[in-house]
Amino acid sequence: MADLSVNFAGIRAPNPFWLASAPPTNSGAQIHRAFEHGWGGAVWKTIGAPVLNISNRYGGLTLGGQRLVAINNVELISDRPLEVNLREIAEVKRMWPDRAVIVSAMVDADPKAWREIVMQIEDTGADGIELNYGCPQGMSERGMGAAVGQVPEMCQLNTHWVTSVTRLPVIVKLTPNVTHIIDPAHAALAGGAHALSLINTINSVMKVDLDTLLVTPSIGGQATHGGYAGPAVKPIALHMLSELMCDPTVRKSGVPICGMGGIQTWRDAAEFLLLGASALQVCTAAMHYGYRIVEDFVDGLSNWMDDKGFATLADVTGRSLPQMSSFGGLDLGYQAVARIDPDKCIQCDLCYVACNDTAHQCIDLYSPEGVKVNPGFNVRDGGKQVAQGRATPVVREPDCVGCALCANVCPVDGCIEMVSVPSGRPSVTWDQLTATRPAVTQEWGAMEAYREEAGIEIH
Amino acid sequence: MERSSPAVPEPEVYRFQEALPPLTAHEATVEANRCLYCYDAPCLQACPTHIDIPSFIRKISTGNLRGSGRVILEANFLGATCARVCPVQELCEGACVLGKDHQPIQIGRLQRYATDHIFERGVQVFTPSPPTGRSVAVVGSGPAGISASAELAKLGHRVTLFERRDLGGGLSTYGIIGLREPVEVSLREVEAVQNLGVEVRTGVELTDREGLNVLLSQYDAVFLGLGLGAVPALGVPGEEAVLDGLEIIEASKVEPWRLKVGPLALGERIVVIGAGNTAIDAATVGRRHGAEAEMVYRRTENEMTAYRHEYEFALHEGVRFTFLTQPVGVEVEGGKVTGLRCVRMSLGVADASGRPRPEPVPGSEFVIPCDTVIAAIGQEKPALAAQLGLALENGYIRVDDGLQTSEPRVYAGGDCIRVRGSASTVMAVQDGKLAAASIHAALSASPVAAD
Ligand SMILES: Cc1cc2nc3c(=O)[nH]c(=O)nc-3n(C[C@H](O)[C@H](O)[C@H](O)COP(=O)(O)OP(=O)(O)OC[C@H]3O[C@@H](n4cnc5c(N)ncnc54)[C@H](O)[C@@H]3O)c2cc1C
Ligand SMILES: Cc1cc2nc3c(=O)[nH]c(=O)nc-3n(C[C@H](O)[C@H](O)[C@H](O)COP(=O)(O)O)c2cc1C
Ligand code: SF4
Ligand code: SF4
Ligand code: SF4
Repeated sequence: MADLSVNFAGIRAPNPFWLASAPPTNSGAQIHRAFEHGWGGAVWKTIGAPVLNISNRYGGLTLGGQRLVAINNVELISDRPLEVNLREIAEVKRMWPDRAVIVSAMVDADPKAWREIVMQIEDTGADGIELNYGCPQGMSERGMGAAVGQVPEMCQLNTHWVTSVTRLPVIVKLTPNVTHIIDPAHAALAGGAHALSLINTINSVMKVDLDTLLVTPSIGGQATHGGYAGPAVKPIALHMLSELMCDPTVRKSGVPICGMGGIQTWRDAAEFLLLGASALQVCTAAMHYGYRIVEDFVDGLSNWMDDKGFATLADVTGRSLPQMSSFGGLDLGYQAVARIDPDKCIQCDLCYVACNDTAHQCIDLYSPEGVKVNPGFNVRDGGKQVAQGRATPVVREPDCVGCALCANVCPVDGCIEMVSVPSGRPSVTWDQLTATRPAVTQEWGAMEAYREEAGIEIH
Repeated sequence: MERSSPAVPEPEVYRFQEALPPLTAHEATVEANRCLYCYDAPCLQACPTHIDIPSFIRKISTGNLRGSGRVILEANFLGATCARVCPVQELCEGACVLGKDHQPIQIGRLQRYATDHIFERGVQVFTPSPPTGRSVAVVGSGPAGISASAELAKLGHRVTLFERRDLGGGLSTYGIIGLREPVEVSLREVEAVQNLGVEVRTGVELTDREGLNVLLSQYDAVFLGLGLGAVPALGVPGEEAVLDGLEIIEASKVEPWRLKVGPLALGERIVVIGAGNTAIDAATVGRRHGAEAEMVYRRTENEMTAYRHEYEFALHEGVRFTFLTQPVGVEVEGGKVTGLRCVRMSLGVADASGRPRPEPVPGSEFVIPCDTVIAAIGQEKPALAAQLGLALENGYIRVDDGLQTSEPRVYAGGDCIRVRGSASTVMAVQDGKLAAASIHAALSASPVAAD
């Protein structure tokens, strides 16, 4: 069986599945129960300055009948007294020495305030500190949370105040509400961070209730933006993770990254690992289904690793990163075309309409007799036998640009495959091309000349 | 309308209520979201009225139920009835691409969900066009007649619908068992056509050529949606004691108490003769009435005309089947049925229909003890057709592609023209549409006569 144990910047845990700092980690009793279910660690719900939470706090996104594809919250940090939280953290750590207990904190941008809370956290015996520079609502207006995370200088300064006074590993949790995630990451590293985690929640307005016309969640008839999380944010989180992992400064620093944002199954978890995460955090999925989901996280990941021959998490972490490139590094000579497996095709014609209306008009319909036909039917026909005479879509390969829209809309697994075919074009990247022939980026005439020379035909 | 005698206890009525529960809002949403929204969808092609199924389902998934109902009713004014009675396995659902490797979308039940929404809220979906000054007489208020009336009224023609019975709706009201469609549903459709301005005159029967001439003198065109006749005679001794399957079904719908007392009273052991969908319905009514029910058929399971799913439904209801058995007489003692005399059959060579011809096995006579015999061996051809002086085809009214009869201003549709294939409600509805389109084209082409 694969070894799922983690040593993340010195923080040890039996598995990489940690509860993110959020409602699932609000109290000692909860984390105790979560650990009983098998979670490898928990980041305590952010502690710090006194706050009051309001009601109600969450808006949910439903897509195609699937509830809570994303959640949006207007929650603040822990509203339980600091002393209570600190006492419970100490209790939990004493009872669960093998699990990662990390304390998330957020205080005023003031070295004294940070020093004080860091000392208190150290006294609990916790394994690490996570600096919450993320919360996009409520705290930022008070100069904390995203207000720090969004300004690299503040991020560096605050981080430095913490790292200079503690012996515990310090994780800086980044906010995705920036245009360039590398800047706050560099600042955190300059401030001495031992690790990074991302993503915190994304600014959002969830929805408007069409019956009441109220913006959801409605707090006594008023609303505000909130933080967006859950399955719907995963692609954004993966992007930011891979951006960090591909950044030379971050790589050179060697700091590990704890990934989160939309992890709902072990499969999502594996993707985060493959793109460079060394540990993972989960919030929304636990809020949706409870702590019990961790069982399949551990089981599923470990079975997959066994199947793939990965013995440890280190074998997985970052394994897919070498594929990440910039647009300019992609091969312009590469050509793929869509190919439909007629035996799998159920003739829904979604590929046909997608290609015809919004791609490159290169799918044709053929009747069972092999005649090219147009869509349509005879008004005097009826009965299930019409399905037998139904036309089948066929890709006109020479005209297929390989955009892959059809493969994306096809409802049958493996029915449309993107097959690579020899393009007859030179293998060259945009960067190489523009370095040798700068004119192609400036004049359409030069571009056309190159296209002709390379045998590139555009329909 | 008084439908059930107060003497009938509630559970008695309940037994004949719609068998499938309506979908809940959640079920409907989940099911609607399962639909792929196929392009040029096969379900749409397979529906004889070509309802734009992917669109109406998508509208359910987006919570636009009024729009969904409209899409259905635009193509099929009797969408609420069809949602319940269509042999969907043979039509729309049979063609659903998802049936290829798993469950097709439950199109019929979604259609019911959307149309119920319209009717329960009394939503007025259509408004008639401005009057054209043209008038059409429609004879017969079954699905064909209602469909034709609705389409013509929508186009602005003045329509009068004649029906010989007390209630409109044709077989939807009187012939389709309540397990599948409650009477309220078909009566609501009659009401909907009235809301479009159609005048419905019940208790009026067209009886002869004379009557047709009168209609032709008063109206610009006539549509005949006469349906079929009564259950034909069996031609065996003791015939008088046999009950008519259609009457039994009718009583179970509009006056269930009649199955308890009087000439239609059912006993405890019922034998149904026939193996078509009507026979299955009659046997099911018998089962729901609380009796043992057995169907006798002279051929085998393979030659049965009932749909496979109907057969399975009957088995599920606990109906027993006795194949290769031909009734030869009804045993009656002191005015009471005591049994059905039968003879065993064996299958011989194929007959004209391509099915093996059943032949009696000599000396195999036996008696099935029972106290009720019901015949459900189909319906007679429309008897009136011959008297109207219209050209016939195989006993049915002959029509051309535009559903015009041999008489220029007379059109016909529904069961009374169904020479080939098994008749169904949805086909009658489509006939009504096609005929209405032809009538409209003809009326539009000819100038309005000055009064
Ligand atoms: C027992 C039974 C069960 C059935 N089950 C199903 C089913 O589950 N699904 C399905 O799709 N189909 C079913 N059918 C078939 C379906 O009911 C018919 O195909 C459909 O009703 C035909 O419609 P129509 O308008 O042609 O005729 P009908 O429904 O028969 O209507 C004809 C109307 O015309 C009236 N009429 C006739 N002559 C005159 C006259 N001279 N003057 C005035 N009025 C007249 C009649 O009273 C009647 O109301 C069933 C039929 C039967 C008998
Ligand atoms: C209701 C709610 C409250 C949260 N509170 C905090 C918090 O106090 N501190 C913090 O660092 N992140 C907080 N988060 C962010 C989560 O820790 C996590 O970064 C985010 O939800 C993305 O992960 P997910 O997609 O698995 O939910 C909160 C998230 C939610 C949904
Ligand atoms: S989308 Fe897929 S299943 Fe549908 S017609 Fe195209 S190839 Fe066939
Ligand atoms: S009318 Fe009948 S065949 Fe047509 S879609 Fe509705 S249920 Fe299916
Ligand atoms: S065939 Fe099935 S999946 Fe396709 S549109 Fe029709 S109901 Fe939906």
